[in-house]
Amino acid sequence: MLWTTFVLAVRQLARNKTRTGLTALGVMIGVAAVIAMVGIGRGATRAVNEDLESIGQNLLFVVPGNARGPGGRGGVAKPFTDQDLAAIREQIADVDAAVPVATMSTVAAWGEETLRTSVTGSSAEYLRAMRWEVARGRDFDEAEHTAGSEVCLLGDTVATELFGGADPLDATLRADQFTCRVVGVLAPKGQSSFGQDQDDFLLIPIRTFQRRIQGDRDIATIFVSATEDADSQVVKERLEALLTERRHIREGAEPDFSVRDMAEVVAMLDGVSRVLTGFLAAIAAVSLLVGGIGIMNIMMVSVTERTREIGIRLAVGALARDVLLQFLVEAMVLSGLGGLAGIALGLLISWGASAALDIPLVVDPLIIALAFGVSAAIGVVFGFFPARRAANLRPIDALRHE
Amino acid sequence: MSGELVVALRGVTRHYGQGEALVRALDGVDLDVFEGDFLALMGPSGSGKSTCLNVIGCLDEPSTGSYRFRDVEVTELSTNQRALLRRHYLGFVFQGYNLLPRTTAVENVELPLIYRGVGAAERRKKALQALDDVGLAHRADHAPNELSGGQQQRVAIARALVTDPSLLLADEPTGNLDSKMSHEVMKLLARLNKERGITILMVTHEPEMAEYCDETIHFLDGRVLERGGG
Repeated sequence: MLWTTFVLAVRQLARNKTRTGLTALGVMIGVAAVIAMVGIGRGATRAVNEDLESIGQNLLFVVPGNARGPGGRGGVAKPFTDQDLAAIREQIADVDAAVPVATMSTVAAWGEETLRTSVTGSSAEYLRAMRWEVARGRDFDEAEHTAGSEVCLLGDTVATELFGGADPLDATLRADQFTCRVVGVLAPKGQSSFGQDQDDFLLIPIRTFQRRIQGDRDIATIFVSATEDADSQVVKERLEALLTERRHIREGAEPDFSVRDMAEVVAMLDGVSRVLTGFLAAIAAVSLLVGGIGIMNIMMVSVTERTREIGIRLAVGALARDVLLQFLVEAMVLSGLGGLAGIALGLLISWGASAALDIPLVVDPLIIALAFGVSAAIGVVFGFFPARRAANLRPIDALRHE
Repeated sequence: MSGELVVALRGVTRHYGQGEALVRALDGVDLDVFEGDFLALMGPSGSGKSTCLNVIGCLDEPSTGSYRFRDVEVTELSTNQRALLRRHYLGFVFQGYNLLPRTTAVENVELPLIYRGVGAAERRKKALQALDDVGLAHRADHAPNELSGGQQQRVAIARALVTDPSLLLADEPTGNLDSKMSHEVMKLLARLNKERGITILMVTHEPEMAEYCDETIHFLDGRVLERGGG
């Protein structure tokens, strides 16, 4: 009997292609809306989070001058020295890496091509501290760092813009103040959350920078990365204490340096992304509700419309439960097909949006299951109850229903 | 009145509404129907003839009174038991045909057999036979909207006959048909009554159609006025 009912239900659905199509469409849109909305939202959130992770969460910047303005209150603040760097490394707990960083804008040239970019000088731990990977070629070796060799690593943008399709490895690149041999290319990080191209630079050993560009051994900035589980706030306080002492700042006096904390920025962006996630959950809930109400409407209308058919079936010998079983199976088939089509459409929209907006494609089986489950349940429930009401009418009342 | 007693109504009433708006559609009907009868129920609009037919067909329930179908007191049956009584003993023909739309003639005729649990092959064979009996074998694969009114009504009769019912209930079967088709349908019903001995109760307001029946029962104001030979 169950198989017969199934066959009959499918046949009944096939007979009313328009009604079947519209009902299934209702379920499909409901499911697709939820999946696409949540998919796009999750993708955007993930894009922001990936940016945050690529910055390095436990990073502290130590710069000369007062935090309240560039260069402090008039006069040029004293730069840092190799000794300061060594002291930070040796005397402060929870420091993973402390690297000198010097940056200067430059014009790089290779053959006929030129590119306005910047050059950064730093030490061996720079790549690790700033979470860079070498995509091709190699990192500088110990000897090159110590000697200040004329070697460089290229950011991805520099490699593509300057060299095009050519292999930059071992090429000799000219900059305003120096030339260098390319030993490697860094893996791209893309735009930062602040809209800045992080790959638009070239990296040279700090010694080379000092010799060729600066002409002295001063250190302009120190980047300090705290260890994974350290509290960057504590490390920041230790840094301030150490440098206050080393730079002979009198107690109570305004320091001539400042320590900036990346964690503060990250915390703020983290808050933004949390709000975004909550917003998304709300959108998903609303989509689910709207989709559900749509499904409910079309099911109720389509079943109520069939009251007379129910009356005919009762008159020719159907029991109320025969009718109910048929409508239940029809509702399940409709909701199931509509739901599957909705999953396909939802994924398609998510995929299209992720390609168009350049965000990661996030597919969450839980959301798919939820969207499908809720929509199908609503479809079945609201296909079932009007059918039950009709099947429990006196047959004559069902037959007279117009 | 040769056969066994099939239907016995005693003091059957059917009231709608309450208080001031109370409508006594049936107001104490006594009626006996014997096996092999071919009865016409006649009367003006609102006289209770259709309500009486619906009560007998278990499509409606009496408010008070006794309705015995063979040995069974129908008023004591549950909804499901009344559905089973319809399934096994009754066949219906309606004024508006009441065929399932977008469903071929043969599939419409198969419908009662599905609920009787008849297998697909057997179902198709019986349905085609029933269509042949009403002269529509060649229209088996047509949907109702591709058939004339007379043809649709004949499909409906085939659907009512396919289960070999003890009692065929027809509510104005010719009401939507022109004169020629009406006579065809009546001849068909008369033939089924004579050749197969099917008991038929038919509501009509056309004396011309009642001519085909053996007896006419006249209704007025929810009561049986008189019963007379056709």
